[in-house]
Amino acid sequence: MASYQEFIQQNEDRDGVRFSWNLWPSSRLEATRLVVPVSCLFTPLKERPDLPPVQYEPVLCSRANCKAVLNPLCQVDFRAKIWACNFCFQRNPFPPSYAGISDVNQPAELMPQFSTIEYIVQRAPTAPLIFLYVVDTCLEEEDLQALKESLQMSLSLLPPNALVGLITFGRMVQVHELSCEGIAKSYVFRGTKDLSSKQIQELLGLTKPAASGQQGRPLAPEDAAASCRFLQPVHRVDMNLTDLLGELQRDPWPVPQGKRPLRSTGVALTVAVGLLEGTFPNTGARVMLFIGGPPTQGPGMVVGDELKNPIRSWHDIQKDNARHLKKATKYYEAMANRSAVNGHCIDIYACALDQTGLLEMKCLSNLTGGHIVMGDSFNTSLFKQTFQRVFSKDFNGDFRMAFGGVLEVKTSREVKVCGTIGPCVSLNSKSSCVSETEMGIGGTSQWKVCGLNPSTTLGIYFEVVNQHNAPVPQGGRGAVQFVTQYQHSSTQRRIRVTTIARNWADAQSQIQHIESSFDQEAAAVLMARLGVFRAESEEGPDVLRWLDRQLIRLCQKFGQFNKDDPTSFKLSESLSLYPQFMFHLRRSPFLQVFNNSPDESSYYRHHFVRQDLTQSLIMIQPILYSYSFHGPPEPVLLDSSSILPDRILLMDTFFQLVIYHGETIAQWRKAGYQEMAEYENFKQLLLAPLDDAQEILQTRFPMPRYVDTEHGGSQARFLLSKVNPSQTHNNIFAWGQEAGSPILTDDVSLQVFMDHLKKLAVSSST
Amino acid sequence: MSQQGYVAAPPYSQAQPGMGGYQGGYGDGSAQPLYGHYGGPPQAFAAPPAGMMKSPVSSAAGMPPPPASNQYNPNVQQNGAHPQRYPAPPAASAYGQPLQSPYNSMASMAPPPAQQLTNQMSSMNLGNYGPMQSPPPATSSVAQQPFQTSLPAGMGQPQMPPGPQSPHMSPPQSPLASMPMAGQQMAGPPMAGQQMAGPQMAGQQMAGMGRPFPGPPPSGPGGFQQPGPGGFQQPGYPQQAGQFGGLMTGPQPGMPGGFPGAPGGLAGPPQKKLDPDSIPSITQVIEDDQVKRGGQVYSTNVRGQVPPLVTTDFTVQDQGNASPRFMRCTTYSLPCTADLAKQCQVPLACIIKPFANLPKNETPLYVVNHGETGPIRCNRCKAYMCPYMQFIDGGRRYQCGFCNCVNEVPVFYFQHLDHMGRRADFYERPELSLGSYEFVATLDYCKNNKPPNPPAYVFMIDVSYNNIKSGLVKLICDELKTLLENLPSEEGMESSAIKVGFVTYNKVLHFYNVKSALAQPQMMVVSDTAEMFVPLLDGFLVNYQDSRAVIYNLLDQIPDMFADTNESETVFVPVIQAGVEAFKAAECSGKLFIFQSSMPTAEAPGKLKNRDDKKLVNTDKEKTLFQPQKGVYEQLSKECVAQGCCVDLFLFPSQYMDIATMADVPSHTGGSVYKYNNFQVETDGEHFLRDLRKDVQKSIGFDAIMRVRTSTGFRATEFFGAVHMNNTTDIEMAAVDCNNALTVEFKHDDTLSEETGALMQCALLYTTINGQRRLRVHNLSLNCSLQLSELYKSCETDSLINFFAKSACRAMLNQPLKNVREILVNQTAHMLACYRKNCASPSAASQLILPDAMKVFPVYMNSLMKTAPMVGSTELSTDDRAHQRLLIMGMGVEDTRLLLYPRLTPLHNMDVSTETVPAPLRCSEERLTDAGMFLLENGHSMFLWLGQAIPPDLIQSIFNLPSLAHLHGHVCALPELDNPLSNKVRSIINGLIEERPHSMKLHIVRQKDKPEMVFRQFLVEDKGLHGGASYMDFLCYVHREIRQLLT
Repeated sequence: MASYQEFIQQNEDRDGVRFSWNLWPSSRLEATRLVVPVSCLFTPLKERPDLPPVQYEPVLCSRANCKAVLNPLCQVDFRAKIWACNFCFQRNPFPPSYAGISDVNQPAELMPQFSTIEYIVQRAPTAPLIFLYVVDTCLEEEDLQALKESLQMSLSLLPPNALVGLITFGRMVQVHELSCEGIAKSYVFRGTKDLSSKQIQELLGLTKPAASGQQGRPLAPEDAAASCRFLQPVHRVDMNLTDLLGELQRDPWPVPQGKRPLRSTGVALTVAVGLLEGTFPNTGARVMLFIGGPPTQGPGMVVGDELKNPIRSWHDIQKDNARHLKKATKYYEAMANRSAVNGHCIDIYACALDQTGLLEMKCLSNLTGGHIVMGDSFNTSLFKQTFQRVFSKDFNGDFRMAFGGVLEVKTSREVKVCGTIGPCVSLNSKSSCVSETEMGIGGTSQWKVCGLNPSTTLGIYFEVVNQHNAPVPQGGRGAVQFVTQYQHSSTQRRIRVTTIARNWADAQSQIQHIESSFDQEAAAVLMARLGVFRAESEEGPDVLRWLDRQLIRLCQKFGQFNKDDPTSFKLSESLSLYPQFMFHLRRSPFLQVFNNSPDESSYYRHHFVRQDLTQSLIMIQPILYSYSFHGPPEPVLLDSSSILPDRILLMDTFFQLVIYHGETIAQWRKAGYQEMAEYENFKQLLLAPLDDAQEILQTRFPMPRYVDTEHGGSQARFLLSKVNPSQTHNNIFAWGQEAGSPILTDDVSLQVFMDHLKKLAVSSST
Repeated sequence: MSQQGYVAAPPYSQAQPGMGGYQGGYGDGSAQPLYGHYGGPPQAFAAPPAGMMKSPVSSAAGMPPPPASNQYNPNVQQNGAHPQRYPAPPAASAYGQPLQSPYNSMASMAPPPAQQLTNQMSSMNLGNYGPMQSPPPATSSVAQQPFQTSLPAGMGQPQMPPGPQSPHMSPPQSPLASMPMAGQQMAGPPMAGQQMAGPQMAGQQMAGMGRPFPGPPPSGPGGFQQPGPGGFQQPGYPQQAGQFGGLMTGPQPGMPGGFPGAPGGLAGPPQKKLDPDSIPSITQVIEDDQVKRGGQVYSTNVRGQVPPLVTTDFTVQDQGNASPRFMRCTTYSLPCTADLAKQCQVPLACIIKPFANLPKNETPLYVVNHGETGPIRCNRCKAYMCPYMQFIDGGRRYQCGFCNCVNEVPVFYFQHLDHMGRRADFYERPELSLGSYEFVATLDYCKNNKPPNPPAYVFMIDVSYNNIKSGLVKLICDELKTLLENLPSEEGMESSAIKVGFVTYNKVLHFYNVKSALAQPQMMVVSDTAEMFVPLLDGFLVNYQDSRAVIYNLLDQIPDMFADTNESETVFVPVIQAGVEAFKAAECSGKLFIFQSSMPTAEAPGKLKNRDDKKLVNTDKEKTLFQPQKGVYEQLSKECVAQGCCVDLFLFPSQYMDIATMADVPSHTGGSVYKYNNFQVETDGEHFLRDLRKDVQKSIGFDAIMRVRTSTGFRATEFFGAVHMNNTTDIEMAAVDCNNALTVEFKHDDTLSEETGALMQCALLYTTINGQRRLRVHNLSLNCSLQLSELYKSCETDSLINFFAKSACRAMLNQPLKNVREILVNQTAHMLACYRKNCASPSAASQLILPDAMKVFPVYMNSLMKTAPMVGSTELSTDDRAHQRLLIMGMGVEDTRLLLYPRLTPLHNMDVSTETVPAPLRCSEERLTDAGMFLLENGHSMFLWLGQAIPPDLIQSIFNLPSLAHLHGHVCALPELDNPLSNKVRSIINGLIEERPHSMKLHIVRQKDKPEMVFRQFLVEDKGLHGGASYMDFLCYVHREIRQLLT
């Protein structure tokens, strides 16, 4: 049997699934004792170049409350043309089209290698993709210019039949009519007035006279397309819109000294959401919000327009001094939910030096699966390239985006689903698979993910419900089926079905097996997601304490030690890295708000709960590569001891890409050795990390902040704040090593952390 | 007290049990005697009549008390009560009674009414005074019935007049046959030669006037002119040459000196018919004044001097009092005490037209700059430095003429006094020597202490289906291109500082960004009409010269953009709100030009529904038709005024539009309302454009606030006009232009002194079209007198009628029209009775004696009661009535005068070789001739009336048509033909259109054609088409009232 490593890797490659435990404890009691819940990271749309979608529709279990999809785990009676559902054990006849089925003629979904399979729904109506730009015009001239160019450029990236719309806002909100000739025409809304969706449609003249008789029913998409002057096919309004964007002016209302510009972000979004709600409900649409500052008026305002009142900080929030926070958050949450219901996702592109209110607005993207991109200015390559990458295409030439996804989880009866953590909203679908325990967004077996891309990953948490005294039959397997329906960027409706199964193990007799089936990377990320999810609603220290307790319990459960003898403590290989992940997680911006603005925290957390395992791990524990003359680049410990004068370091924290030149290297570089022919090798050394960085920059979304710094540079802080402070001003002399670079911090180092952990784990008192 | 308005409180009507309420009005001391105080406390009317009042009351009591309401409305029952005596009243429609007979029959009966009138009057005389002569039935009937019943009765009784009397009635056929009868009659008395000189003269004049009405039979032949020598003792009287005297001057030589008792008249040919020429004629009065004072320089250096009539062409030289063009009073001699004022019931009012246009030969106002401290003002009453400030103490201090407070003269302003006590710089400082001048206002006088921005004009065009279809939108857009080139600008400025903006709207509003930097205008649609806002600031209000290209582009595109609209609903209030918001955002004042075609029915604030209900006409609820809808409109007016946003409304209705409500905002913001029923570009286009041009180009001030200060003893209490008042003293106007006039009524606080007289100062703070803040000050001093005769002598009929018109138009909002008319008549009678009682020489009660200065007052008053708003007829559209009511509220003296007495010019027999315009004729059908062509014009409508028998060559030269029959009904402009007659007619018409504040559409009316009916409404001396008495009838009625008051 292949090692668990291989098994895990294979599973991830095939199904996009990483379970914390790959053997499941067979009873609820044992499961809870494992500390880390049975859970998985699931990437619904994981790119599978080797998986062509099948051109037919899935066969469903006929039991009304099951409807599981036929899968390789089902028992099939080829002669009777009957299959048994592996979730509810219902016996179902095959549909007539499967008449030719036999041992040797099996449909794809029955083959083991198709545990993940994608169907194309043929009869579903197709609607074009919709892109609605919502653009802040209270920008500096250069920023606006850069943004305009980016937007104009994006028109060429859109599929020609996609519908596109433009809303601009400042003090007022303008919805631009795109179909008109001659005079540029726009509908204007006051930036301070909250409007219901119905009002918006009325004000935009979208409601037809009641005579049409289909009141309350949304317009059929075709009708709406004809009637909607605000959303037009790109190919038709390309020129028009390019001109319109070109003529876009900064918000013309004067901004008195000492004031912020009045920015009606809240109303602009309401209008955007209302417009789509009225015209294209349940059709894939992307609202792209570009902001250069916080909302300063109207509903959803985050800060007043007086510059003397700064925008809320964590300090204000902790002191309950953030006046607009609750109201604004509530406002955007309600809007996000509305948008989610209609299957529209909202992206936020916030470029400003100060905060822009992401804390309040984050739910817009978090609940709808939209992107958040945060930068300093629209006139940076960070924004420009990131934005461009939104429209990147896959190997088939399709956009790497999908809309209106609905993820359903079905479980075999010993397991129930507790919830998910990821960019989704609950669809409140109660079924027999739903556990009473909630973890993350729970209480449902279906979630809506309005915007998806191949890397969107959800953390899904399960509970073993089998009673201790009702053992699972030997060799039995627990199964989970993920059914993801979504609108492909080619406008097809598709269904992807992933069915997985794991063996049951008796935790008392097979604890070693279970331990070795532990996927510590997945577990670390899944626990981290739980922690981040808690951090949204709880105080930071509480979350840390909870994480610590879980870690200690895990160590107590699986560590090998003599009571009260910390030095005897040992962890098996499958758990050995876990404490280190936890150490870095504790220091990460996902749980620590110190040194981060509320917006930054929200931004980091946003990305953390949606990226796949690899990226998430990088976020928890950044990767550090060292470049030297001594050999090929090597990964080194994320430790201050790795910071050496004759090395170049490349650190990837996901959000930042830092190239750090050691003291000596920096001096050489300054002296210009790389220019000299005889020091070609030095030049190569200097270039090596740059090339590697480029590679990462090319693929990462959002594009990381790229930092090129050196010993003593101010930007070196990015590196210094991440590395394990094994050498600080407190212990540098005690260590007596000349290597490494001390960090000025009072944070504990990994060593200290581990010592404490051991002590606590072996302590008999806890 | 006045605020209570004309409340038709029950006590009021109860107070008139006997006499149809007259004694109420005439009331005793405790009562509010003047009609003008519509608001007198109701109980005042209930108070027992005092002193002299009593007798009339008691006598009245002796008569059968008719219900008060019958007064003017002889009803069927009453007529029927004496069927045998008054057989068949044929054209029995008397005062205020709805027209019963169709138009045609009226016309055919035209001659009889005069006859009947004569008869009726004689019957009246007989009834009351001539038992010996009159046939018994008449006596009994008249004696027992108050006037109102007798009037119709008499009219229906052709045979009534007893033979003997008719000679008295007939005017003397004097040798001057060509002269108007009145003149001849007059001639008799003045014969006296020295016109007014002889005291009895006056009496005789009066008598002459009185004659047509009640012949005083008892005195036997000649009796009815019986003024009796010495009848008129007031010393001042003779000077008022005014009335017949002026007339006299011409004819005098021809008049035989004799006629002491005017027996000549009696002896005249026995004519049965009372000559209409014999009653006072407005045209004559005007002509006389023109002859006497026309072309002269009128220096305003004398306190209490009565200016020439408004119709007279004169030049004003400001010498310390404001020109009558700015301020004109109802009387230039105030009674010293409140009692006197109460007694005479003559309203004390001043009509102020602060921005009146001055003729070219008069100096424009000087601008005074008192530097950073601002204009010098009295510390106590805040009156501005003016000629009435008395410098004392060697020039170091000055005493305020208004409150008598002694103030220090600021150091920089100090000047030595000369031996007369006058400052040495008297003639160098306009504020010391002139009646009108302007101060430069300092920042203290500006909103938020910031200098104002130049005002803005926003054109807001209704682009709903109606306006597009009628071609109006295109017409406006085309016109604006040229119109905007000619925006008004301050003297010496190269181009106008006024900014312009454009909005189109139907159910939603479209704003346009016409920033000069743009290649194309941008349209911004605001559909949230529930809470209006302006979507843009920069680029909405622009300088026309800078943005001309973009604006041209826009104006070209607008008609096309909406060419295929099918939106027929409009909004209205949000449109105005948008304007206010725009001005707010731009921190300026300005004017909105709104072109609206229909009632705002779209769902938005201020949505209106049709509330026109003809059934309410002539009921107590009729007033509701004229009351604006409250709520959002009321609030909007306030907002507009606060922001200095004037609203001009151009309406193009095809049906009811609720003008009472829609015009509410314009009428509170100093704006104008224009109305073009069933607008068609071909026929009304030019007319509308002329109005638009006039309106855009007229001189105007913005964001104005006015205050009228008076010297101690009296104060301004009531203000009538297109203004808004937040408190009782500050008159706020979003804008004030050269046509806005405000009528201010004064009341006594205390006794006035004959010596110091009465002073008033009207100060108007406003923003010029350049964006400068200025203070315009008008000062006027009046005499005060203990003698009522002084007051009557200094009366100004044109001003009086302006006051009455405005107060009645306001009163009709709160009172049934019937009451309003009743009060008008009563007060007329009171004023005249008081004169008769206190100023005229004793004479027979049967004589109608009118003060010289008020002798044409009754004809105006009668006409006022026949105006559309006052007449209560279901045949008139409610909107037209409401519109006219609002127009009257803002009118100046000239306008009301002309409205109430149109100008009827004969055009068929003019001398085409000269420039002179033929003298106007009296507005009566009798003046028309079948072969004639007449032009009638009242400032709002213009008619060219063509007689049936008009010579074809006349038609040929005017219309280039062979005969009248070839003329089509819808001609609205005369063809330009190059012949002297055509040239002259057109120049007369164009001259009039130029001269009037409003443009007029020329209606061409053929005699006996259907449209002639409209024309006839304007013949105000005739019986009203929709009810209302003829001049003659009215005079009779007033006379009767007077007599009852006097007995």
